[in-house]
Amino acid sequence: MENSDNCQKYKISAEVSDRETQIKADKLQESYASGKIGRRGFMTGALALGVSLTGASTVVEEVLAATPKAGGRLKIGITGGATSDVLDPGQILDAYMINVSMGQVRPNMTKIMPDGSAQGDLVESWEASNGAKTWKFNVRKGVEFHNGKTLDSTDIVDSIRHHMGPDSKSGGSGVVSGIASIRTDGKDGVIIELNEGNGDLPILLSDYHLNICPSNGDETIDWQSGIGAGAYVLAEHEPGVRTLTKKFANYWNTGNDSFFDEVETLGINDPTARMSALSTGAVDAINNVPAKTAKRLGNMPNVKTLISTGNKQATMPMLCDMEPYTDQNVRNAMKHMLNRQELLDKIFYGYGQLGNDNPVGPANYFRATTDELPQREYDPEKAKFYLKEAGLSSLSVQFHAADTGFAGAVDAGALMRESAKAAGIDIEVVREPNDGYWSNVWMVKPWSACYWSGRPTEDWIFSQIYYSKADWNDTHWKNASFDKLLVEARSETDEAKRREKYVEMQRIVHTDGGLILPVFLSEIMGYRSSVNVPGQVANNWELDGHLCARRWWTA
Amino acid sequence: MKNLILMIVKRLALGVLTLIMLSLLIFLSVEALPGDLAQEILGQQATPETVAAIRRELGLDLPAHIRYLNWLGGMLQGDFGNSLALRKPIIGLIAPRLENTLFLTLYTACIAVPLSLVLGMMASLFRNGYFDRISNASALASISMPEFFVGYILIYLLALTGYFPSMANINANTPLLEKLYICFLPALTLTLVVTAHMMRMTRAAIINILALPYIEMAHLKGIRPRRIITRHALPNAIAPIVNVVALNLAYLITGVVIVEIVFVFPGLGQLMVDGVKFRDIPVVQATSLVFASAYVGLNLLADIISTISNPRLMRQR
Repeated sequence: MENSDNCQKYKISAEVSDRETQIKADKLQESYASGKIGRRGFMTGALALGVSLTGASTVVEEVLAATPKAGGRLKIGITGGATSDVLDPGQILDAYMINVSMGQVRPNMTKIMPDGSAQGDLVESWEASNGAKTWKFNVRKGVEFHNGKTLDSTDIVDSIRHHMGPDSKSGGSGVVSGIASIRTDGKDGVIIELNEGNGDLPILLSDYHLNICPSNGDETIDWQSGIGAGAYVLAEHEPGVRTLTKKFANYWNTGNDSFFDEVETLGINDPTARMSALSTGAVDAINNVPAKTAKRLGNMPNVKTLISTGNKQATMPMLCDMEPYTDQNVRNAMKHMLNRQELLDKIFYGYGQLGNDNPVGPANYFRATTDELPQREYDPEKAKFYLKEAGLSSLSVQFHAADTGFAGAVDAGALMRESAKAAGIDIEVVREPNDGYWSNVWMVKPWSACYWSGRPTEDWIFSQIYYSKADWNDTHWKNASFDKLLVEARSETDEAKRREKYVEMQRIVHTDGGLILPVFLSEIMGYRSSVNVPGQVANNWELDGHLCARRWWTA
Repeated sequence: MKNLILMIVKRLALGVLTLIMLSLLIFLSVEALPGDLAQEILGQQATPETVAAIRRELGLDLPAHIRYLNWLGGMLQGDFGNSLALRKPIIGLIAPRLENTLFLTLYTACIAVPLSLVLGMMASLFRNGYFDRISNASALASISMPEFFVGYILIYLLALTGYFPSMANINANTPLLEKLYICFLPALTLTLVVTAHMMRMTRAAIINILALPYIEMAHLKGIRPRRIITRHALPNAIAPIVNVVALNLAYLITGVVIVEIVFVFPGLGQLMVDGVKFRDIPVVQATSLVFASAYVGLNLLADIISTISNPRLMRQR
């Protein structure tokens, strides 16, 4: 996470010369910033230490600006809204509804903090037992739904069950597939039994589908009304166009988060329209700024860009059960023929990080370091060597791409075509229609363009995409030792051993898998100086993990 | 008069037939698109089980002709059916969008029609002079640029400088005056796009008539040019002008999708685009029927007006 708004804090200790006074000044400033002493106490203390009046006032101003204040309306211009959006949490599809539902109206059991850890949201705490197979969650007390009903364990159980079962139509069904059973334990307890131990369950429960809705009492939930237990009540909702939410009078966490009185969410799919809305002040924050124009946007008055690089990744899956990618040597030749740096610079304008054919990204905890897994470089000689190993002197392949795969995929194909020539690989770039891309090209053609928003845990992304029996195994890759490690690592409680296993799995994907992962993509967002954005924002999703309505405040 | 009514009835019947044929065409073309609603809703997250579950629930597993006939049956009873994605009556979706689109169309027409008629008449009056050339050239230039480009230029000139909002995000509660202010840029964009056609047609029609003997006669009688144009030429030029105006109004109703996207205007076009994107066939059919009805209706209206303006057209030949 980096913030283009260079929030270098003013340090009064810089104004005094001797070491002892500097330490005192630092302490004084810290206790003022954390609210231990008041403004008057700080000012007198600072002046007594010999700090100038302007220096001390600067600190006061900074602290005031960094203290959240209540009130105002946050206006978000966001992509991914459609007229056909429904309130059913199982059918939440894109940024617009994630932000409105999970981020404003109907929070989950848990939420992801800016540092990547999971924290209780509608549950207070949890304990795992039986090798992380049995989990007990304690429902937060004193939480009220917007219709006045008190939150209890039944609401949580029914909300999670909504995504489970063989008849589930939910996009979140994959996330809850590891749950064997979920039941209430009194009014304040929820017990989840997993098929296999999984230490990441609290993180999984933050998935954007698993919003908590009030139960109807017959094992179904009321998602139709849009009632939740969040800080904001759905006031006006025109799917994909405009949503207005208002602060809930009985919100349980008032004063600690959700500072705005109202939040207005506008669906703006056109990038130029989104940027002009931001630059004219019609909205306070936007997502999905095109990399091409991000610099220009950041140079506008009162507009700042916010860049976060999480696990969102551009990928080029090769199907390991289709020619010529059945041969590991061919796959390795392919991984060496593209120039990642060039792709990052020319296609993504430098907004991102180099990938290493490993889906575990910068926001993951057990990510292999470059010492553990050296960065793969562009090396046409090595590519030629691997081709020879496969018994080939040259290779002709087709790359199927559309911008739905990832923005710039077709251009990326053209660049690769050039870099691959030196390795004796001839790439024909096949431009596919955006329409129907996910059903007709991805996982159908032997080599195509794709993207993943990434997953907060290693287990999640590996189980969902790289496990041999995964629904979305988009490389059709099967590796027995990888599968074995995956199951073992899940219930491993020794952190060092767990890390070792995850690093080994990353190594296996890197050398044997059908995945080419050139770049981790940055989320580029824009916001106006009318809102205050904390120095550290979450990078699991855009707009501060889609919790901007809760974590930001009026400047 | 009897002839006129007979013509209207005949044309209406033809119109209904056209609409039905059209609905079939639309159904078939959406059917031919890859993927269906279940797949589009789930996108990259589709698994065979979830896709099958949604299909079962929505009746997408029924054969195509049965789905079409079900829909057509409902339609003939005045029931637009339910949106597959939202599972709500389509009429409730279309009504506010249609209202917005009609508002923008009317707003644009109020600026564009008088403007192009006046410009057209003046151009014919000062034929081949500077006024004629300049108005022609600028109208042609604005029609030659794609709508979104015209829109962006106007945003750059008038929105970034703070005069008008760049977003025309109106809803049912927006007061009329504010609506007019908010929608000024999209209306102006559309005006620039349609004016050239109407203006040049007006000019050509009037110039055509100016070459006729009775105008020459009027000249010889010593009538002033302005009066010749307004009193002698214009009434006889109404038929072609009304036709081109109707065509442009129909275009405004149906063809503003791009302008809607640029200015974030919640109109009918966006609804149709979303419908196509998610394969929500009933919504696509319903919106395209509304569009088609606009074409058929406006053409009918144009025919009636031109027939009245020129009674010779009423005679059966």
